[in-house]
Amino acid sequence: MIAAALTFAFTCFGLGLLMNIYRLIRASSIGDRILALDTMVINAIALLALFGILKGTMIYFEVSMIIAMTGFISTVSYTRFLLRGDVIE
Amino acid sequence: MLADILISLLLVVSGIFGLVGSFGLIKLPDAMMRLHAPTKATTLGVGGALIASMLYFYFEKGQFSFHELMIALFLFITAPITGHFIAKTHLHLSHKPSDLPRTSSGRPWASYESDADHARAEAARASGTQSPDAR
Repeated sequence: MIAAALTFAFTCFGLGLLMNIYRLIRASSIGDRILALDTMVINAIALLALFGILKGTMIYFEVSMIIAMTGFISTVSYTRFLLRGDVIE
Repeated sequence: MLADILISLLLVVSGIFGLVGSFGLIKLPDAMMRLHAPTKATTLGVGGALIASMLYFYFEKGQFSFHELMIALFLFITAPITGHFIAKTHLHLSHKPSDLPRTSSGRPWASYESDADHARAEAARASGTQSPDAR
């Protein structure tokens, strides 16, 4: 039962990643692109957590932690650069 | 058996939430509306997936870990901050201040007020010289 639910969740998050790529390519403004990249990071974290369940190993949690931090910092620095023309003032 | 049902339910619900969030990103018509779907639904979806993973390792493998809770907490804290920054970027790059609805205080939106104007208005408000109809 867990395997079937895992397959379903993999399908959902994989489809979500494809939709994010579509929005990343066909975006109307730069804010949309940043938002699509941020959502891609979140979907990647979910896929990593699911992959950890599939493999039965806990080694991927450090990876997802680091990806979460990197995604947050990159989103904030990108938006700050667009707003102020500088990342650290 | 009960743990199996709980984990499967969490996985399915989190998958649906993630799919809805990403579908909203391509479906909603306006950029400000599009901000809603990923920052709320997808964050909830990934939180569900992480909780399911924590329950799986506790009930099936017998080892408890706080990592998932830490990641979920981190994402829940940072999602509003990134949403705020992206909304502000969109506001400044794609909208003119004259297009926005007026505030009721007579001052511009806080995001557009210069530092000098802000300091002057706050000093006037602190000394009580602000006219009563301006509020």
